[in-house]
Amino acid sequence: MGNIKNILEKYQEPSRDNLIPILQDIQENEGYLSKESVVQVGSYLNLPSSKIYGVATFYNQFRFLPKGKFHIQICRGTACHVLGSATVLQELEKQLKVKAGETTRDGLFSVEVVACIGACGLAPVITVNGEFFAKITPDSLQAIIEDYKNKEQ
Amino acid sequence: MNYTININNKECSAEQGETILDVLKRNGIKVPTLCHLKESMPTGACRMCIVEDMKSGKLITSCSFPAAPGMEIKTHSQRVVEARKTIIELLLSNHPDDCLYCVRDKNCELQNLSEEHHVRERRIRGKKNKEKLDLSSASIVRDPEKCILCGRCVTICEEVMGVSCIDFINRGNKAFIGTSFNQGLNTSSCINCGQCIMVCPTGALTEKNHFAEIQSAINDQNKTVVVQYAPSISVSMSEEIGLEPGMDNNGILNAALRKVGFDFIFDSSFAADLTIMEESAELIRRITNEETLPMITSCCPGWVKYAEEFYSDLIPNLSTCKSPQQMMGAVVKTYFAEKQGINPEDIYMVAIMPCTAKKFEAQREEMVHKGISDVDAVLTTRELTKFLKLYGVDMFNIDPEVTDSPLGFRSSAGKMFGASGGVMEAAIRTAHFKLTGKELVNFTIPQVRGFEKRKETQIKISDLELGVAVVNGMANAKVLLDEIRAGRKDIQFIEIMACPGGCIGGGGQHIGTDDKQLAQRMKTLYDIDKKETLKVSHKNPEIIELYQNFLGEPLGHKSHELLHTHYQKRDVMI
Repeated sequence: MGNIKNILEKYQEPSRDNLIPILQDIQENEGYLSKESVVQVGSYLNLPSSKIYGVATFYNQFRFLPKGKFHIQICRGTACHVLGSATVLQELEKQLKVKAGETTRDGLFSVEVVACIGACGLAPVITVNGEFFAKITPDSLQAIIEDYKNKEQ
Repeated sequence: MNYTININNKECSAEQGETILDVLKRNGIKVPTLCHLKESMPTGACRMCIVEDMKSGKLITSCSFPAAPGMEIKTHSQRVVEARKTIIELLLSNHPDDCLYCVRDKNCELQNLSEEHHVRERRIRGKKNKEKLDLSSASIVRDPEKCILCGRCVTICEEVMGVSCIDFINRGNKAFIGTSFNQGLNTSSCINCGQCIMVCPTGALTEKNHFAEIQSAINDQNKTVVVQYAPSISVSMSEEIGLEPGMDNNGILNAALRKVGFDFIFDSSFAADLTIMEESAELIRRITNEETLPMITSCCPGWVKYAEEFYSDLIPNLSTCKSPQQMMGAVVKTYFAEKQGINPEDIYMVAIMPCTAKKFEAQREEMVHKGISDVDAVLTTRELTKFLKLYGVDMFNIDPEVTDSPLGFRSSAGKMFGASGGVMEAAIRTAHFKLTGKELVNFTIPQVRGFEKRKETQIKISDLELGVAVVNGMANAKVLLDEIRAGRKDIQFIEIMACPGGCIGGGGQHIGTDDKQLAQRMKTLYDIDKKETLKVSHKNPEIIELYQNFLGEPLGHKSHELLHTHYQKRDVMI
């Protein structure tokens, strides 16, 4: 929690205009927005935590659970969508048994939906801890997940 | 600056700063609204109030669009009427079809609008919301499936109650209303006031119902079922039943409850008198012994929870008196049980309250004495009417009856608890007598009456200058509490009621109560005070008897055990 305090101190003016930069800052440092951090931001900015949660859930970029060991970003941009990224996301959620924005119980995988990674030529594309995987199909997706699971064992 | 705008080919006067809706209302033109909430910033969320601006050719929301000179508006052109119908059909596209089973059936704004716009088929089929029913709160049930996202609950919770425990979560078609981190309402800062229910146009927000438990208690031969009703109930039930608004239905309410099968019927106003005895004694003690001041009333369970969450540093200022509801339960299950020779465990105490927070209060662990809770179940004014219908009571064909005795007799001071300022006035009357041995001249303190957000005055009791303040609406109380926190010292006694206008405007009252009806309720309460002769709690013969035979004296040992309690800081997601 000391970290959060340090972050808040950077924003001298406790104005609600700073809410989103503060949340981004916390997520960058902590990996996600915990209940504790949201309450702390609330008392600093004099904002109810429900309002902060409302703002944070409005944007895709914020997550409320710690990232998994392997963080999967799935592109839902236009090109990926046209080439079936909706099915890829569905498949991913089915295989990991979590929804986008969540983390598996074993803490191994987390899923984040992103608008466009800028790799439209590789569509549909996902990244795992920054490593790109192109032209994903349900089968190749399963292979990638298995691969990471095996790496862990 | 005044000017005119043309509405439906007629020139209508408008003033600078008015919205189109303001002008329409003043000129008697009705356009449907859903998200609109008076005295709040318009959000334009629902689009129901659209009108056609003939100059730009656009459909604009009248609630948020400022009127301007030379405007030409059509409120019911074919285009507008068709668009409104489509809006309703879209709202219905993901709405459950279970009106028959819905608690708001026949008192639902969405149902009314759909009726008014002749929606007779489901033309648009949308994906249903799949958010879970929230049953976690002791008072309020949230059903997000029935929510149409008008946002009125969010607005009232923030602007009127100063709580803000709910807000919009996510966005677009995934949006819904929920608490911080979408947890149960019970872990949020919700104070259970129920004002969100009062403004909800559909059945998305309702009170938690306890009919089954009460019915089984009534049917249980071994149970003595006792009922009490709050001071404001008799003047606020008319609208639900269809009687004349603001009428005092005291007598027929007693008769009706007896018909249902309640064994003993009491008016909580008696317990309000008891509260006044204890609270005025506490005030005098605090002033004499120079204890923590200002003392703040603790009758309102919404305010008490608010204090525990947001102003825990002011808990020492909170009067230790339990609320009348709890005091009634406590004396019924001790003094009355003893007198009647009934085992307290066999008494089932039902309270009829204008309030949803009372449901929460009844199940608080502080409200249990020797393993027996003071009050077992709470019904709101709305539920009372449904309960009477369930038992086939014809309210239009019934002769008035009186309450049971002892514990049934009340002063008009106790009755005033229903209105903002009532507790203050009743307490001052008794404190005045206790300090000077004389009654307050004329009995009344007009400065603390009425609907104003905050009422402050100085009262002279012999050589004591007492600064008093009365606030209603938690957001208004917050301002005063911040002044107290900052060190304001000229106030010794504060009455706080969470709901606007006090209990007559409580979250358990008739949905759709307008300002006129609210004012009528307050007037009736003060009329009762005007015409009755027993105007002070300390002269109530049954109160005197209770102290002589059982309690001893105010703040005595027995009182301390049964009628007082302490509250603690509450950790919730603020």
